[in-house]
Amino acid sequence: MRKLMTAAAFALLTFGSTAMAQETLKIGYIDPLSGGGASIGEVGLKTFQFIADELNAKGGIQGKKVEIVPLDNKTNPQESLIQAQKAIDAGVRYITQGNGSSVAGALSDFVTKFNERNPGKEVLYFNYAAVDPVLTNAKCSFWHFRWDANSDIKMEALTNYMKTASSIKKLYLINQDYSFGESVRSTAKAMLAVKRPDIQIVGDELHPLLKITDFAPYIAKIKASGADTVVTGNWGQDFALLLKAAADAGLKVNWYTYYAGGTGGPTAVKQANLNHQVFQVSEGIPNLDNKPSQDFEKALRAKYDFSLFYPRAVNEMRMLAAAADKAKSIDPVKVAMALEGMEFEVFNGGKGYMRKDDHQFFQPIYISSFGERTEKEPFDEEKTGWGWKLIAKIDTPATVLPTTCKMERPN
Amino acid sequence: MLELIVISTLNGVLFGMLLFLMASGLTVIFSMLGVLNFAHASFYMLGAFFGFQISRWFGFWPALLIAPLLAGAIGAGVERYGLRRVHKNGHVAELLFTFGLAFAIEEIVQIIWGKSPVDFRVPPLLDFPAFTIFSTNYPAYKIFMLLVSVAIFAALLITLKKTRIGLIVQAALTHPHMVGHLGHNVGRIFMLVFGVGTALAAVAGVIAGPALVTQSNMAGLLGPILFVVVVVGGLGSLPGAFVASLLIGLVQTFAVSINGSLSEAFGPLSPAYATTWLADIWNVTVAQIAPIMPYVLLVLILIFRPMGLLGTRDT
Amino acid sequence: MSDLTSSAAPPYPATAEKFKFYGLWVAAAIALLVLPKLFSSGGSLTTFSLIGISIIFSLSYNILLGQTGLLSFGHAVYYGLGGFLVIHAINIIGMNKLPIPLPVVPLIGGLTGLLFAVLLGWVSTQRSGTAFAMISLGVAELVASSALILRTFFGGEAGISANRTKLFRVFDWSFGPQIQIYYLVAAWTLLAVIAMYALTRTPLGRMCNAVRDNPERVQFVGYDPHVVRYLAFCFSGFFAGIAGALAAINFEIANSAYLGAVQSGTVLFATYIGGVGFFIGPIIGAIFVTLLSLGLSDLTPVWQLYFGLIFIAVVMFAPGGITGLLMMHRPLLKAGRLSKVLPSYLIAFVPTLAMIVGLILAIETTVHFTVNPGEDSHIKAFGVRFDAANPYIWAMAAILLIGGFLVARKTWTWVGHAWDDATSVAREKGVAS
Repeated sequence: MRKLMTAAAFALLTFGSTAMAQETLKIGYIDPLSGGGASIGEVGLKTFQFIADELNAKGGIQGKKVEIVPLDNKTNPQESLIQAQKAIDAGVRYITQGNGSSVAGALSDFVTKFNERNPGKEVLYFNYAAVDPVLTNAKCSFWHFRWDANSDIKMEALTNYMKTASSIKKLYLINQDYSFGESVRSTAKAMLAVKRPDIQIVGDELHPLLKITDFAPYIAKIKASGADTVVTGNWGQDFALLLKAAADAGLKVNWYTYYAGGTGGPTAVKQANLNHQVFQVSEGIPNLDNKPSQDFEKALRAKYDFSLFYPRAVNEMRMLAAAADKAKSIDPVKVAMALEGMEFEVFNGGKGYMRKDDHQFFQPIYISSFGERTEKEPFDEEKTGWGWKLIAKIDTPATVLPTTCKMERPN
Repeated sequence: MLELIVISTLNGVLFGMLLFLMASGLTVIFSMLGVLNFAHASFYMLGAFFGFQISRWFGFWPALLIAPLLAGAIGAGVERYGLRRVHKNGHVAELLFTFGLAFAIEEIVQIIWGKSPVDFRVPPLLDFPAFTIFSTNYPAYKIFMLLVSVAIFAALLITLKKTRIGLIVQAALTHPHMVGHLGHNVGRIFMLVFGVGTALAAVAGVIAGPALVTQSNMAGLLGPILFVVVVVGGLGSLPGAFVASLLIGLVQTFAVSINGSLSEAFGPLSPAYATTWLADIWNVTVAQIAPIMPYVLLVLILIFRPMGLLGTRDT
Repeated sequence: MSDLTSSAAPPYPATAEKFKFYGLWVAAAIALLVLPKLFSSGGSLTTFSLIGISIIFSLSYNILLGQTGLLSFGHAVYYGLGGFLVIHAINIIGMNKLPIPLPVVPLIGGLTGLLFAVLLGWVSTQRSGTAFAMISLGVAELVASSALILRTFFGGEAGISANRTKLFRVFDWSFGPQIQIYYLVAAWTLLAVIAMYALTRTPLGRMCNAVRDNPERVQFVGYDPHVVRYLAFCFSGFFAGIAGALAAINFEIANSAYLGAVQSGTVLFATYIGGVGFFIGPIIGAIFVTLLSLGLSDLTPVWQLYFGLIFIAVVMFAPGGITGLLMMHRPLLKAGRLSKVLPSYLIAFVPTLAMIVGLILAIETTVHFTVNPGEDSHIKAFGVRFDAANPYIWAMAAILLIGGFLVARKTWTWVGHAWDDATSVAREKGVAS
């Protein structure tokens, strides 16, 4: 009986949430807050809350206080849609999400259909980390904006750097067997064939996503191939275990990665003792010679025990504020119009812009390596003592790729 | 080629022995209590985290001893206050109980140690390459893992088959009343068996923790494979579990090292396939499907030889 | 011989009984119609739709677990494949402008579920018990992994999406708004529940029970338990496919999560918590678990722990599930002795509640200090704010937990005595066995 009563209580809570008056600007943060992906989701949530506090200290957006509404999607696309619906019921008009391209695809699709079916109640979807190129190409949507460089753009930047790195002779690709890993490997092959035809691709591996406990067999293969460089999009445990197995077997190669800086990544690199042999392509690192971003980093670290992994989240929120100011409104449609084509001084310095054709943000991309620090690198990561060192900066124009997006705009 | 074969064999045996370390506890519990312990991999995880915590305080070697004892004590408690209660409701209820337990343990571990991997290191004493073959290092720690597995296999086999304790335990399974009349406390025997089984899983955890990753999802990663091992080997058969562990370790490792796909083998014969939706099957490499090989094996074994490779009773 | 069978057959139900029986279904239908008038927000409509889907899915699972005694760890395979096929079907129908309206599309999902159950069922159901459980686990892992490898059909981990409004329309229903989807789900739920209830009344349904209870006996009377299990499996796959189809229509997307272990686990949870022994059990379980999984994660970050604990508690203390607990009281009610037990329940309820509150307090404060150590200690759990750093809170948690446990143990023995007294009286009256 008691169970039934609790059930009834939950029911009331679930249904009782009615739309609130717009005294605050609510941003629905839909990411994993429980289960396996939660460690990443929580870092993202705290980052957004930190940025919201910063905006509120300056008077909020258009005089409205910014509030981040955490919604746990358990890294499940269906659950994300339920949470989005819940958020909309609670008066949220902006949602943001980043973990998992499958979730991003589902959300983009949901928001597009919702806006089509509910004119006047439009919702915007800000994507801060899902990098599947398809979201700003074949499946692009007017209601979706992406602040992270998609995986093709990162590969464009990375290969533009590799063009000059003559030490690379034999390259091995190892990636997770899903859309992101697939796109990393195919783009890498296509771009290198044009930019560095002399590089020999000695291996091209896809392994199941988050299912491998021991990478020793894969390392044996890499070793047998005689590769000097490995390119991988692996993240999370797939990255940590890969490096661990490499260190155990004594494999000495250079690693070009997308997510070495993700939660647990720096620890794994330090444990494997790969001093400045792991490179990352990202839109920013803490150790850039830029005073505002370094101050921000200091303030963030003083409050939390993590570093800023999402400079793009800062760009996203600050641009939202700028666009609302430009539109003199927080109405999603007007903000979306203002965001289109908007130019912006990005967090780490330099010009970026939101391309109107596909709502993809373009910004300078950095190649950095992880290892022992000099006095030029004040910040370490995950208390390892090691930090990111700048290797190369790829300016915004050198990261621009064409899009196949045919966007349908509201009238 | 030879290089890859030698190294894959080594890797396969190493992985197989790690599987066996865990599967041994599961098999012992099943053969004695008839309970397929869904939470077994959770005790493996508990072992790893206890090992991590204790090795921080007292070092690795005490941890190798204390962590399994702790996990075993918890296991015995679970049997005494949980499973025994559920036992009267049948095997399905027991299975579901361990299912719920696995869920709860994972959450508790996440609450205590967080969701990110913890920094559990190989003890310095074993942190050196044991030998180098084809310019690939073999860490001494992995050899240590191998030796421990073999030692446990031998010790278990001897205890169960050759000692008085093993005799009583086996008798308690088939004739609990008779054993009770002979003056043995059957309940306590079951409790101890469950405790020992979970302690074995915890040994595997302490040993595997530094070699692999100590993280709150490690139970979920290896759990299903464990069932494959014990079912393929034959439920309740210790030698069967040993053979099956090695088999699965080798199958998985060798599959990874093969690049071939149907399109490579028969590509020139019918290029028309490559454009239809069959393209996926056509282009998938053996390496890509390596991790699902154990499940193929499981299904095949259950269809064609339901008692498992070396099992004696029908599952 | 002929009078033997006639006397063994159950007496023909009285008109009043029949009236009550059909009245129940009509009442259910009316309730489904009225529900959205009471709760009309988009979120609650989604919740109701999900509950309906979960009810069909759980009932289909209970054809296996409750009625035939087959514990499956891979029921989501049929649910998921039904969902995928339906998404493909919607896309194909929409593209070719076929005159097939959305309301009949779930049937495609059901047929898909049936087809795969027919294909995979024969080998799966050769044995019952642990072998069946393991084979279902293996098949589920195989199918779920293949879904990620066969990208063209399953769309990789992103899945495939469809637009349900682009189909042939009847009565000008576009099926865009959630309310229309709610009615679609409600109608299918009612149909499926009636069909599955009817199934339990057929000779096949009875044979399933017999196979569950004593397969050897079934062989003696000339049936092959394997065939009976297989048929039950096929029916179960059919209804699971319908549930998957409705889910796919609701979300307009199908992806590998539909097929995965989490989905299989959830349906097991729902069915078992509701109670496998009664037809209505899985319905109650589906409602309870759906609300729990939607609501609990708003209330506490460690909802999975509570989920696990609730499940363990049900397995340990109420193996018949929620319905089992309620149904235990039926003989007492008939004998008019329920009032003798209720006071002891009330007495036991207070310390038990205290113990649970203490446990929740202890868990939440621990979570605060291990997960968010550096943050403000004023935390909110289950809608209540409190200071996790306050030693009084710790003391209160400890007192409630330990004191509650000690007192509760005492009071539950009283409940036991009261229960024994009441049932013995009921037994004398001949309404309990």
